[in-house]
Parts: sequence; structure tokens; C-alpha cells
Amino acid sequence: MITLDTTDLAIASVLVLLLALLSIRLRTGLGGQLVVAATRTALQLSLIGLVLKALFASSHPGWVALLSLFMLLIAGREVMMRQERRFRGWWGYAIGTISMFLSSFAITIFALVVILGDEPWYAPQYAIPLLGMLLGNTMNGIAIAMDRLTQAAWEQRNIIEARLMLGERWDTAISEYRGKAIRGGMIPIINAMAAAGVVSLPGMMTGQILAGAAPVEAVKYQILIMFLITTGTGLGTLAAVSIGARHLFDKRQRLCLDRLRGT
Amino acid sequence: MLGPLSLSLAAGDCLCITGESGSGKSQLLRAIADIDPHSGELWLDGTPARDIAPEQWRRQAGLLPPESSWWLPRARDHFANGMPVALAQLGLAEAVLDQPIARLSSGERQRLALLRLLANRPRVLLLDEPTANLDAANTRRVEAVIDDYISTHGTAVIWVSHDRTQVARVANRHMELEGGTLEELAMEPRQ
Repeated sequence: MITLDTTDLAIASVLVLLLALLSIRLRTGLGGQLVVAATRTALQLSLIGLVLKALFASSHPGWVALLSLFMLLIAGREVMMRQERRFRGWWGYAIGTISMFLSSFAITIFALVVILGDEPWYAPQYAIPLLGMLLGNTMNGIAIAMDRLTQAAWEQRNIIEARLMLGERWDTAISEYRGKAIRGGMIPIINAMAAAGVVSLPGMMTGQILAGAAPVEAVKYQILIMFLITTGTGLGTLAAVSIGARHLFDKRQRLCLDRLRGT
Repeated sequence: MLGPLSLSLAAGDCLCITGESGSGKSQLLRAIADIDPHSGELWLDGTPARDIAPEQWRRQAGLLPPESSWWLPRARDHFANGMPVALAQLGLAEAVLDQPIARLSSGERQRLALLRLLANRPRVLLLDEPTANLDAANTRRVEAVIDDYISTHGTAVIWVSHDRTQVARVANRHMELEGGTLEELAMEPRQ
């Protein structure tokens, strides 16, 4: 494995800076954002590197749980922030966090206990990266699905209400948009699975190979991760969209768009 | 804000509600159909609305909004339970059922929406300007179909209208909505 030093990373950062300068010259309005995002990447990753180093050294389950919880809460917030018309109040936050808990946490624990079977099962060098991969990837699907659902409810309110007026139940009136939202959340991961190894070499596998792992071993891990992410995204999307769709209606099955922001 | 107001209808009543734009006529119909949250109490044949499942309530108190909405490609797809009234009675040709919804005129859509609502056999009809997009001949056809429906099924109707001459033609009761309250106006004997 070729170890990277500070100079190597500095050279890579010059590339991003050049791109930022080009963006500013072309007045894309992205120059500043690019620099801020790149700086965040460097700082956040360095920080998590230090945290992981300390965590691997101690392996205490309490610390693993604490970091996991922190990651979950941040991911729940990210899901909410990415929606244009999110639910008001704590519901917006809760739906994202609950569905990520169901998808990522449950799937990670399942993988750790049933598939990897390390001793102890919560060993941080497996638990934390796995949870991180799952949270990061299922987050996208859930955010897309929730955004589709709330947008559709907003834009198609007349149709949804017309169906209610004709005596349809809330779940029938919104079923079409619920289905579309779930598909919207699942399509990116399905595309990623279909393209894996042909169009793209997935990041985790590439990383393992660069770090010196045998390609066949890296591939096995990648397949495992892909399947876990897909299942997690599917379960999380289903949970988020189901809870979200129900919460768009009150007890008397009226469409309550005032529960969304921007209304 | 509406109310406080109280309203009771007998079977066969056709109550016309008039009032300025923004006086809350549509809001009142939406509250009765239980589509919007409200603090009022509703009864049908002595049963409170809260004891009736919302989808059942809305089938019995059917609301026809001013603009119709469609979610399947053709009008025919929306009539799973068949036609309650012959299309010709509303001046519609059979072919309109198979045209894409977007190709239909607003008047055609409005009349089809009325048929779609009547197919549910509602006990109470809540009509929000059902003839707003129609010419004189089709307005008369819609009035005749509704009148016929009332006498066949003993339905009670609340009809929001801006047209005083229409009120005189179709209603046996007339109320004006002003300042959030309803005032019953005297009716000329029905023509």
C-alpha cells in the first residue's frame, strides 16, 4: 500500500482550488460553496479519522453506541433539510430519523451479528464503517422519496381531494403518489447495482483495492454492502413514505397541507 | 371565518346559497363534506358525522367542486360503477368518454364530474356553481337532471349559485351568506 503524505493531499486540493477559481470566473456562484464543501470534507474526515483511531483503541460498546447515535441524528437532520416541502415541527425530523433507524441500524446489526459474526459483534472497525455506508446511502433514497411525496401532495392536492370527495379512503387517494415516491427513492440504488463493475467501480471496493486488498475479497465486501444498502434503502423508503403519507391526512382523512412548510 | 350558523335540510329540499365572492360559500360546502377541518357538528338522519367513517360520509354528502379533477387518462375510466344518467340528457355524446381528458372542454368536464358524483348515489348533494362553465342550453339540462335526481332519490341539495334567476328556477329555499352567517330569504313559489 502506498502511504499518502500531506504533500499528496495538498496537490489534490490545488485541483479543487483551480476548479473554484474557474467557477468564480464563469460566475456560476459555486466557487465559494466548492471551497467551503472541500474544507468541510477535509476537516470532518480528519476529525472522524482521529475519533475512529481512539475508538478502535478502546472498543468500548458505550462509545460505539454514542458515535452511532450521533451519526444517526445528523443523518436524520440531513434527510429533512434536503426536502423542499418538509413536515413542520418535530415530525419532519422524526420521520427521517425513525426510518433511518429502521433501515440502517437494523440492517447493520443484522449484518454484524448474522453475516460477519465478529467477537464482539459491535467491534467498531466493522460496526462504524458499515453503519456509515448504510446511513450515507439510504439517506439519499429516503430524502428523494420524501421530497417526491410531499411535492406530489402539494401539486396534486386537487386530485387527491377530488378522490376523497368521491368517497375514496386516504390511502387510495394518495396511493399513486406514494408508489411514485418509493420508486423515486429506490431507482438510484437499483441503477447503481445494475451499473456496478460495468460502468463504475464502486468506491468502497476501489478503496480496498487501493489499500492493498485482494480484488476478489474487495468484490465480496462490495456485493455484501450493495445488498445491505439496497435492503436498507428499500425498508427506509417504505417506512418514511408510509409514515409520511399517513401524516399528510388527519383522523377524518382530510388532506392537511398545512402540516408542510412553505404552505 | 364562518359561523356560528345552523342549517337543516329535509329530503327533497333544494337550498340555494348566494353571497359575495369570498363570503365563505365554498368553505361551507367543504366543511359539510368534511374535507376541511371545522369545529361544527354534522348529522345525517340523526347520526352524527363523527360516528360515520369519513369515506362513507363523503359518499353520502357528495361535493361537486367548481373545477373538476381527473386522474385517469379517459373519462370512462372514472366510471367503474356505470352511468347514473344517460349522457344525452346532459347534451354529451358517447365519444367524450374515450377522448383524453385534456381534450375535453371545461363544460364537458364539469358535466361529466356531475355524473361521476351522481354515480355514488349521494343522499346530500353539495354543488359549488355546477353550471359556471356552461351555456344556457346546457345549464338547463344540468338543472333538469338534478331536479330529476332529487325527485327520484329524495336527495337534499345545497346549491351555491351567483345567478338569481337560476335560484328562482331550481330552489325551494334560498339563503344569503354574509358576514359568516346565513340568512333565509323568502322564496317566490317555484316556477
